[in-house]
Amino acid sequence: MDLSYSAEELAFRDEVRRFLDEKLPQDMSDAVREGRSLGKEGHDRWHAILNEQGWLAPNWPREFGGCEWNAVQRHIFEEECCRAHAPRVVPFGLTMLAPVLQKFGSKTQQDHYLPRILSGEDWWCQGYSEPGAGSDLASLKTKAVREGDHYVVNGQKTWTTLGQHANWIFCLVRTNPEAKQQEGISFLLIDMDTPGVEVRPIILLDGTHEVNEVWFTDVRVPVENLVGEENRGWTYAKYLLTHERTNIAGVGFSQAGLDAVKRMARAEMSGGRPLIENPHFAARLAKAEIDLMAMSTTNLRIISRAASGQAPGVESSMLKVKGTIIRQEINDLARRAAGLYAMPFASEAVEGGNEPPIGPEGAEQVSPQYFNNRKLSIFGGSNEIQRNIIAKVKLGGGA
Amino acid sequence: MNFELTEERQMLQDSLRRFLADRYTTEVRNGIIGSDQGFSAEIWAQLSELGVVGALFTEEQGGFGGAGFDITTVFEELGRAGVVEPFLDTAVLGGGLIAALGNAEQQALVERVIAGDLQLGFAHSEPGGRYDLSRVTTTLTEEDGTLTLSGRKAVVVNAEAAEMLVVSARESGEAGDADGISLVLVPRDAPGVSLRGYPLLAGGRAAEVDLDQVRLPATARLGAAGAAFPAIVERAAAASVALAAETLGAMEAATELTRGYLLTRQQFGRPIGTFQVLQHRMADLWIELEQARSATINVAGHLADEARMRDRHVAAARNLIGRAGRMVAEDTIQMHGGIAMTQEYELAHLAKRIVMADHRFGDTDYHLEQFIALSV
Ligand SMILES: Cc1cc2nc3c(=O)[nH]c(=O)nc-3n(C[C@H](O)[C@H](O)[C@H](O)COP(=O)(O)OP(=O)(O)OC[C@H]3O[C@@H](n4cnc5c(N)ncnc54)[C@H](O)[C@@H]3O)c2cc1C
Repeated sequence: MDLSYSAEELAFRDEVRRFLDEKLPQDMSDAVREGRSLGKEGHDRWHAILNEQGWLAPNWPREFGGCEWNAVQRHIFEEECCRAHAPRVVPFGLTMLAPVLQKFGSKTQQDHYLPRILSGEDWWCQGYSEPGAGSDLASLKTKAVREGDHYVVNGQKTWTTLGQHANWIFCLVRTNPEAKQQEGISFLLIDMDTPGVEVRPIILLDGTHEVNEVWFTDVRVPVENLVGEENRGWTYAKYLLTHERTNIAGVGFSQAGLDAVKRMARAEMSGGRPLIENPHFAARLAKAEIDLMAMSTTNLRIISRAASGQAPGVESSMLKVKGTIIRQEINDLARRAAGLYAMPFASEAVEGGNEPPIGPEGAEQVSPQYFNNRKLSIFGGSNEIQRNIIAKVKLGGGA
Repeated sequence: MNFELTEERQMLQDSLRRFLADRYTTEVRNGIIGSDQGFSAEIWAQLSELGVVGALFTEEQGGFGGAGFDITTVFEELGRAGVVEPFLDTAVLGGGLIAALGNAEQQALVERVIAGDLQLGFAHSEPGGRYDLSRVTTTLTEEDGTLTLSGRKAVVVNAEAAEMLVVSARESGEAGDADGISLVLVPRDAPGVSLRGYPLLAGGRAAEVDLDQVRLPATARLGAAGAAFPAIVERAAAASVALAAETLGAMEAATELTRGYLLTRQQFGRPIGTFQVLQHRMADLWIELEQARSATINVAGHLADEARMRDRHVAAARNLIGRAGRMVAEDTIQMHGGIAMTQEYELAHLAKRIVMADHRFGDTDYHLEQFIALSV
């Protein structure tokens, strides 16, 4: 047992810190700290900075231009980025699609798509969910029918995150309606500029435009855009989901959130004293922090096992459930800390306006974030689905 | 023991429920939220005509209700429909304070409130004051029969639409003292009054109100100088009754919506309501809902009690409903999945009403502390 980082790991951490000190633009870290959205331009700018450093793809093998960092290094990098209020890297191309292409894509696909992900030329989105296929993803209905050297795609995807910025979408489509559900699905890459693709915005409850519906009407997709084999898409999708679940615990986000709550609670007064000294508030805050300290170690335990080559199993479901509970609790604390000023809805602040903030620093974002982060326990496999997985594994198939 | 509504209240509930179900649909309401004004004058007039405002005042005051159970009858229905119109601010608070403290001339304003043609706002909370009712630092001084008002008020709901603001200010003592607080009637367009308005997350609008040497006649005072605090606490209690009932109504609507969704939404070839984990979660929500109903009945039934007893029930009800409300808001969204995350879905609005109500006149933690303080 040794809870501290090794000398090399510490050196790596210092290198990451130096990089963030020098290269992370102030306006970006301000925006992230204040919970403002960066827009496509901001994300592209950050990706370019990371790419120049060679750090845009921590999880990719070197042969594809990645860092090939191990799980501990990736964790350190993510932790430092959160601490410095660096923007989140948009995951769809980099951490979802790329591993699938690297493992199952053709050489031509790898050579074509991977560099374009790094350069920012392509912005990918994830077309899995449909109105009728959420938790039960395998029931998806969007169909692709082979006609000569094209697939003709018809159907609808939904909840497509940042699809409004994307020029490509990776989709699960049904290519064999006769087969057993999981066995009739293929993994298809679709250029969103193809005639028949239509993106319609969905406005979320905090007023943000984060997700979309994507409609396909007789969309002709060249057969070379099929990844791997026809009707094997479910296997690839499951492989992708295991990658989606790395950093699922969101420890860095929780830590940054907790720090923000403390900042606000030191400035806010309650009954003539700083809120942070209020015993009831302090107790809630303490419990969240205690939970986070333990979970952060759980996270590291799993990460170091992964670094030594073991595949994460049921633990990633545990991290997802506990991690989202903690993050959502911290959002609740932030809302409470803001007091009356949790009520105003300054939508222009979300998009970056010039007006001075209403109420104490950071208060404008607490309620929108509280509501927006309800999504954490819904997407990426809902917490109920994760618990089903844990129970099934631990009870031995009986559940 | 009798837990039935009186015939009059039952009629009011029925007509309100029918009217709101017909006229205050999700689309209509979301349109109102998006509008510049933040509320509908037409809906206001129609609801006033149905007696919504009159029910909140006693017969002496020109209404036909005014008791705790009148408030709960009205606000439970407003809550079920997610109504964003500022009945709490104009009627229970602004109108209620004028009715409680005003002289004969000032009382004429109450008639206009009941008729539905006067909007009011209660400018009380201050930027660093949080939920503490006695933490008033805005100053009021009198010289040669002229009052001068200076200070800043926080999150004043309905301030922009209000013709007049009922403003609390200190004539003596220090922030935190109960004595020395007065109320004055201030025309919203009086020189020295400036507003910075903004929408609220759960609908409606509010403003930061700056009061810069606002000059008023001595007749602008409501009641005796420095003696308004007990009336403020009493109206805050009435507001808590209204907020409890409104939250209860929204919780009812949220659980009904979720029940319907669990019965129809199919995943894995069957309605998601067949998954036992969701069944148990719903069962827990129904249990909490009945707890919330009882807590609301408790506080409404004790609104006219002496202050300590009343305030203990206020604290109990708001604490319980704060907890139960959060659970209902979060769990009903969770059980819906993505659909409840969309702005246009009814539940999203209901959840916002429920959670944001916890930021008015004290949140769950504040009321827990009040309850402890009043119990020892
Ligand atoms: C903000 C946001 C962004 C998203 N981004 C994307 C994206 O970019 N791409 C994409 O493809 N998808 C995306 N999704 C979709 C997401 O993956 C789905 O919302 C998720 O899979 C849940 O599906 P659903 O919303 O249809 O809920 P449903 O599956 O209908 O679930 C409803 C409720 O039933 C419960 N439930 C379902 N099955 C069971 C069971 N067997 N046992 C117990 N309980 C069960 C669920 O946990 C939930 O509480 C996003 C969603 C959101 C909210």
